[in-house]
Amino acid sequence: MTVVVNGETRELRDGATVVELLRAMDLSAEGRGIAVARNGGIVLRSDWVNTALAPDDHVEVLHAVQGG
Amino acid sequence: MQSRAAEHNDDLVIAGEHFTSRLIMGTGGAPSHDILERAVRASGAEIVTVAMRRVTRSGAGSVLDVVEQTGCRVLPNTAGCYTARDAVVTARLAREALETNWIKLEVIADERTLLPEPVDLLDAAEQLVGDGFVVLPYANDDPVLARRLEDAGCAAVMPLGAPIGSGSGIRNPYNLRIILERARIPVILDAGVGTASDAAIAMELGCAAVLVASAITRAEAPVLMAEAIRKAVEAGRLAHLAGRIPQRLYAEASTAWEGVADLTAHTG
Repeated sequence: MTVVVNGETRELRDGATVVELLRAMDLSAEGRGIAVARNGGIVLRSDWVNTALAPDDHVEVLHAVQGG
Repeated sequence: MQSRAAEHNDDLVIAGEHFTSRLIMGTGGAPSHDILERAVRASGAEIVTVAMRRVTRSGAGSVLDVVEQTGCRVLPNTAGCYTARDAVVTARLAREALETNWIKLEVIADERTLLPEPVDLLDAAEQLVGDGFVVLPYANDDPVLARRLEDAGCAAVMPLGAPIGSGSGIRNPYNLRIILERARIPVILDAGVGTASDAAIAMELGCAAVLVASAITRAEAPVLMAEAIRKAVEAGRLAHLAGRIPQRLYAEASTAWEGVADLTAHTG
């Protein structure tokens, strides 16, 4: 299936979870310093392992950067 | 050597937490993490802000390493949000990522001025306070809005001195004085500081703290400017506590008139 991650399309297996997406992005599944939004709503860390993505989901994977 | 302020236990207290530094440093605009770290140390800041952005493939170290190495408390912001909804979601994402319920709430109206959007700001502040956040809103220098944000339960209010990054100082000290006179929560000047004297003026007026980013990170020598602004904040705070003399149009002699010699050329 195709999902949109941080504005770019990405291929994942059907039913892939948030944790699988993060692994595919070379990010730790513990996700320290990372937060995930799906279709405009937050996905809590405790739900990452159980949250299956759906085709055409819009996912934002954020972290802290320099900012005023 | 202990400063007089330290002897008097002059801590900055936000939401029950004590800080000895009254300079909060924004991390935006630093040329590198190395310079940022040295600037944070030179500033003496105990709180630094960060923003939430998309993860990229860049191999550069994380700003969180700087936060960790300097031992500062991290204060995430909602920079880049134009609506209450976006700001509330961003605050929750920051809480999830950084495990802090403190948030520097920013809701801006447009890119050119970066001025706060007051209606959505108040809306977002109310929602986030209700959700258990310690909310520090970046606000206009409007005494009415400051009061409304305080009434909404914000832990501090952060009026601007001038637009973000403009470095043009405190454009409306009169409004700031009214905000300071009425506020029962810390008033932190946010945005507008261009150099050390601006920070000193803010503190002399009675601000509880000053938040500085660009003036330090975009200075020709950020580490030197961090030290300069730290000293200005300390000097301004001491001057505020010391109580300045009133401004007068005419002179007020500091030497007593009594006992002045009569040096008229008397002729007998």
